[in-house]
Amino acid sequence: MRGLGAIFLGSRLALLLVTFLLLGLARPVWAQAVVADLSDHLIAVTTGFVGTKLLMFGAIEGDAADIIIVVRGPADQVVVRRKERLGGIWVNRHKLIFGGVPAFYRLASTRSLDEIASNRILARHGIGLDQIRLINPKAEEGELSEFRAALIRNKQRLGLYPSANGQIALLGNRLFRSDIFFPSNVPTGTYNVTVYLLRGGKVISAQTTPLIVSKIGIGAQAFAFAHRHSALYGVVALAMALFAGWLAGAIFKRA
Amino acid sequence: MQIYLPIAELSVNAFLFLGMGAGVGFLSGLFGVGGGFLMTPLLIFAGIPPAVAVATEANQIVASSVSGALAHWRRGNVDIKMGVVLLIGGFIGSTLGVWVFGLLQGLGQIDLVIRLSYVVFLGIIGALMLVESLKAISRQRKPGGRRRKLHQHNWLHGLPFKMRFRRSKLYISALLPFGIGVLVGILAAIMGVGGGFIMVPAMIYLLGMPTAMVVGTSLFQIIFVTANVTFLQAWQNQTVDIFLALLLLTGGVIGAQLGTRAGSKLPGEQLRSMLALIVLGVCARLAYELLSRPDDLFSIGAMVGNG
Repeated sequence: MRGLGAIFLGSRLALLLVTFLLLGLARPVWAQAVVADLSDHLIAVTTGFVGTKLLMFGAIEGDAADIIIVVRGPADQVVVRRKERLGGIWVNRHKLIFGGVPAFYRLASTRSLDEIASNRILARHGIGLDQIRLINPKAEEGELSEFRAALIRNKQRLGLYPSANGQIALLGNRLFRSDIFFPSNVPTGTYNVTVYLLRGGKVISAQTTPLIVSKIGIGAQAFAFAHRHSALYGVVALAMALFAGWLAGAIFKRA
Repeated sequence: MQIYLPIAELSVNAFLFLGMGAGVGFLSGLFGVGGGFLMTPLLIFAGIPPAVAVATEANQIVASSVSGALAHWRRGNVDIKMGVVLLIGGFIGSTLGVWVFGLLQGLGQIDLVIRLSYVVFLGIIGALMLVESLKAISRQRKPGGRRRKLHQHNWLHGLPFKMRFRRSKLYISALLPFGIGVLVGILAAIMGVGGGFIMVPAMIYLLGMPTAMVVGTSLFQIIFVTANVTFLQAWQNQTVDIFLALLLLTGGVIGAQLGTRAGSKLPGEQLRSMLALIVLGVCARLAYELLSRPDDLFSIGAMVGNG
């Protein structure tokens, strides 16, 4: 038990260290016009996890401005498949593989995006569901946009790309705060939460804060065990089933 | 009470799955069937990814068949020699099945193959069971019906590698039980079932084994084949969820005991026709999902294997 505790503590410390390192690296020197932080830099996905809420808060310098907060999950490859009717049944036929797909994407803004900035500016910073930067596969233009739309639609259905823009509360044009909700199926990995400060339709400052979503506790250990020592995990699963079966037989033998 | 399943990677209501385990356990106790062919589709309906449902259900069947096989063992109703021949076939079949499973997962066709296999097998078994039990019910009403011939000779008895199975009082080609074992092994890996619903009729009608030996021997084989499937699925595809298996197990053990007691008080043939209707119902639901136009023609998935 002591050994396990030490390992657990060690990994927690390493995680904290990484968080602080990332924090230090992520703050560019020119981003003084906006200062922001998260109420927590670690979301622990425990066995009883049902989703959580974090608070993003900060202050801005100077005159009235717009704020956009974008939460981006870790990038990954995603296969998008299209079903076709084949002999009466619906079968996956065509597929395209997109790279750099954020596992989670959530946006909050002071006003609706089209009031804040032009599409060109939004595209440059990858702000908005239509502007998420992906590594596109080779395909025709029409097909590509159809598959891309399907990718975002499916992510939305899973609740990973919340479509309703979150609210940002501004206090006296100085302080801002915004709640960020994470659903129970939030993917694990390193997230970036970026606060953009816009004035006159231009991004004048931005600050990125890292956030780590990590499985913690017995579920996390089971997942890591299943993937790192998968043969041993299989043996454990078997041993459990054999014992349970024997136990059930022994208990109910006389009954 | 919400519980996070680490392999299925979703948060579920623990009581729902305990209840499902108990419900299917009750049915399996009531009808004397394994229940895998009902549990796996139920898990899929409940939103568990089909790959995880199949592998985890194999793990649960190990447990439920151990307690069943032990009871038959104590009564001397296991033909070890027959069991071992079935088992050799089962190992080859299930290893092949798990390999095909991984391949199909990479191709994005595993969900389709699982659903299709269920529609085909549940449809055939359900229809056969319904016809059989309706016939039996009408026979009961008209006493003095003709008796079925016990043992028929056909081309199957001309196969080579003949072997004597003393406990079952049979002298047949070893290729027959071996072949049945291979087929059941493949089904176990791809459908997450024990395969009793195929093996039991095959042993009675194809091999001509005495009915008393059939259930114990098939359970004996099922333990080892589902154990092989569990191990290989965990090792190669990482799709066995221990937490989900524990929930199903706990519910299943309790349900099976209640079901066994209820079963002894209810009439057999009516029970069988009821089970047949349940099987056909599950089959129809799965078939409908395959045939109707999906809400979204597109689906997304993580990169697995060779994509």
